[in-house]
Amino acid sequence: MIFQKSVLALLFASAAGALGALAAGPHALAVWRHWDLETGRARQLRLERRSSLVSTGMSLLLVVQAVTLLLFVFNADRMASQFVGAMCAVGTLQVDGFGFPALIARIAVFFGSGIWLAMNAVDGRCRDYPLTRPKSLLLLALIPLLALACGLELAYFRGLRPEVITSCCGSLFSSGSPAVTGDLAAWPVERAMPVTFVVLGGAACLSAWVARHGRGGLALGMAGLLAFVVALAGVVAFVSLYVYEDPRHHCPFCLLKAEYGYRGYAFYVALFAATAAALGAGALAPFAGRGRSPASAARLQSATRALGGVALGGFLLVLLMTAWQITASGLTLFPHG
Amino acid sequence: MRAWINRQSLLVDYTLSALARHGGRNLGLFVVYSGIVFVLASTMLFTDALRREARLLLAHSPEVLLQKLKAGRHAYLTREDLESLGQVRGVSRVEGRRWGYFYDPVAGANYTLMAPGVDPPDRGRIDVGDGVARARGLAVGDTLSLRSAAGGLFVLVVGRVFSAESSLVAADLVLMHPTDWEAFFQLPGDVFTDAAFTVDNPQEVRNVARKIGERLPEARVILREELLRTYASLFDWREGILLALAGIAAAAFAILAWNKASGLSADERREIGILKAIGWDTRAVLTMKMWEGALISGGAFAVGFLAAWVHVFHLEAALIVPVLEGWSVLYPRFVLTPAVDAVSLLTLGLLTVLPYTLATLVPAWRAAVTDPDQMMRGTE
Amino acid sequence: MSALIELAGVTKVFHEGQHNALVALCDVDLALEAGRITVLQGPSGSGKSTLLSVLGCLARPTSGRVRVAGEVVSNLPEAFLADVRRRTFGFVFQQFHLIGGLSARTNVMLPAYPTGRTHSEIARRAAELLGQLGLEKLTDARVEWLSGGEQQRVAIARALINDPRVVIADEPTANLDSALSAEFLGILAGLRDEGRTVIMSSHDPRVCEAAVVDRVVRLLDGKVEA
Ligand SMILES: Nc1ncnc2c1ncn2[C@@H]1O[C@H](COP(=O)(O)OP(=O)(O)OP(=O)(O)O)[C@@H](O)[C@H]1O
Ligand SMILES: [Mg+2]
Repeated sequence: MIFQKSVLALLFASAAGALGALAAGPHALAVWRHWDLETGRARQLRLERRSSLVSTGMSLLLVVQAVTLLLFVFNADRMASQFVGAMCAVGTLQVDGFGFPALIARIAVFFGSGIWLAMNAVDGRCRDYPLTRPKSLLLLALIPLLALACGLELAYFRGLRPEVITSCCGSLFSSGSPAVTGDLAAWPVERAMPVTFVVLGGAACLSAWVARHGRGGLALGMAGLLAFVVALAGVVAFVSLYVYEDPRHHCPFCLLKAEYGYRGYAFYVALFAATAAALGAGALAPFAGRGRSPASAARLQSATRALGGVALGGFLLVLLMTAWQITASGLTLFPHG
Repeated sequence: MRAWINRQSLLVDYTLSALARHGGRNLGLFVVYSGIVFVLASTMLFTDALRREARLLLAHSPEVLLQKLKAGRHAYLTREDLESLGQVRGVSRVEGRRWGYFYDPVAGANYTLMAPGVDPPDRGRIDVGDGVARARGLAVGDTLSLRSAAGGLFVLVVGRVFSAESSLVAADLVLMHPTDWEAFFQLPGDVFTDAAFTVDNPQEVRNVARKIGERLPEARVILREELLRTYASLFDWREGILLALAGIAAAAFAILAWNKASGLSADERREIGILKAIGWDTRAVLTMKMWEGALISGGAFAVGFLAAWVHVFHLEAALIVPVLEGWSVLYPRFVLTPAVDAVSLLTLGLLTVLPYTLATLVPAWRAAVTDPDQMMRGTE
Repeated sequence: MSALIELAGVTKVFHEGQHNALVALCDVDLALEAGRITVLQGPSGSGKSTLLSVLGCLARPTSGRVRVAGEVVSNLPEAFLADVRRRTFGFVFQQFHLIGGLSARTNVMLPAYPTGRTHSEIARRAAELLGQLGLEKLTDARVEWLSGGEQQRVAIARALINDPRVVIADEPTANLDSALSAEFLGILAGLRDEGRTVIMSSHDPRVCEAAVVDRVVRLLDGKVEA
């Protein structure tokens, strides 16, 4: 089903991202090898000039990549009506074997882009461009990732045939499922809930500390990643139950449906933004200390602070939404609690 | 933040004045751009509205339909068939429906003649869809004469014209009394064209349909969800072809945009050189150029989209209907309910603004990296 | 007292690494003090304009070091170089280089657009500067309607909009008759008396010998003559 407008738009956006990164590849390589701000030689001037193009163009393309993750999920959810057996995005994603790999690749692209965008933004504000070389290395690493995401997406959309009978969240996210999703669904609520709250709370506290001191980005990056994984597991294990008010419905995708007021989007956008900010802070950390000019060091610190602030906001929102979900739900899992 | 806003607003200010001074160059581009947005947006708005319409229509249709076949051809259901089918577990109601097609040589169109089970028109009277009313110039109280296949002439009085608001598909409908219907088609009183089933538990629909099929092995069972899917993919496919064509146009347009953007006039080149020399940096010029692109594409998007809106919802999509709608001889005069969703808007933006921005980025950058010291060089 | 602008071993090569490579500046050492009017003098092609663009942060030297107010600027990337340039220098070009179709006031305001100041603040300052230069009646006139002398005063006002410490003028009197040149030198003297530094290039002996000029630097084939 290539001939569908959102499919065409998604494919176009990811192809543009992959091709753009590919086109920027030689420049990134040249920067990695020859970048030297101390000289005013012709080559350096050429590199600097090109950098302004690459950083503007890639910023644009990578912001688009982040937005298309949203469109990708939205599209999967909407196309569910066209497949027998599909009730939500899971059904569409399972029509062929490439749906979930494509989604995971998109998520990886999202975080990679987030880190690159954070580095790019900080780099442009420092007089000695301290991140230009690492940034181009990251760009080089993003090329295969973007290409992979694009290829998986193409394979996924090509495999979407209306006659396929697919299976939906009911089987994938049930405690009987042999996949890891089954284990998550089987994670007992009385254990999952405290773990989720503690990890998310810890990440929020760490974010607050980073937002205040502008240090500790590395720890925040790791904590953010952990919180991301645990939050997703928590959604499968118990948040979903409270949302659907059904003790057996563990799907993390049905949250996105209109029936639940699209609250899934609010939840996931906050979680993804917080995690991306935490990862961004983590990516800046290695460059904070080492003999940079004091002005750059200050810039890096204030950027780390800002990212910490975003992470704090995001994790707090996630915590609040989760807590609200539990209290507002008509479902009681702990009769005496 | 304040400084950033000031800076952007001044850059926009400058861009507007530059567009006013050199805007003529971009006029053709603007027109083509708006045209592409118009075609894309018309297609999307129209198919979205059709899909929604079909969904609304099917929402009222039964979950399961059954047509009897004999030797692979359509056959009529009998009352006994209906009674036997009604006993299938899970079926809460069966209704035998009676309808048939009639080709009206006067209008050159096909009508669907139907005898509703409940609340039919009185004998000798009919209710017609507004497509029929339009084709034959009918109003309430007028008479419609139809010559049946058997040769008899039927003169029927129009009791009601139902509005097109309800749906696309009902436009060719003629409702009549069962006795009239039997006489018109010369059919006995206890045959039914098909049977509609009501199933209470949506989870059970598939199972029930299977059991119904087992009762009458030589029958065709149609599920509403399958119909929905067929409609959706039919519209999708046609829309996709149009979009792909529009995409080719968009690619050509991107090339045009690139060309236009690279072909800076000598005046513009000089202006940018001056700006660089008096203190603007590459980023400022690039931002200014991006604002220029944003203003052009935003303007073209708005113009194209509004025109498409008027076209689809007020002018009945006259320009694209022939392409998109090929299944009905009788073009129903339908008024689609105006609506737009975020996904369509986002998609449209991705398919139009992004290519334009990308196509103009490199030329803009070329202009922006003009050497500021070139203005020092004697005669420029 | 240390100089406002210092160049050490500055070399500028055009078309570096190509067959038509051209050394426009060769190992230039130069220190320019604040609050003076300095004239670069030399024959055509000797590198005056190139030297002005290097010390005015319009271009980076191929090698060597440039300091402005104690800060090394020769290794700054373009965006920051432009920032230093905006804050420190104002430029007056031989051809004036005003943008046609815009009013005198808008032309004067343009260098301040990327600074982040508000429109009204910049407009007020522009009107003030045009007033000081005797152009208050012409603030809203389109620049192409102005006479040569008026255009140059607009260009001077534009050079001053960001309140620079240094005003750089490349061949400013080449397009002016002697009366206007004298008037221009008078304006420069006024700027110096406000505490600004003026650096200009000229091969016009009348300018180099004018009483207001504090120092003359002679250039030949890209080298500073002792
Ligand atoms: N962008 C450039 N590319 C190549 N060569 C250049 C460039 N700019 C200047 N040159 C060369 O560098 C040399 C010095 O030029 P410059 O303009 O500095 O001389 P000048 O002293 O200002 O001369 P004039 O009095 O004619 O203005 C000249 O030979 C010129 O051709
Ligand atoms: Mg010169």
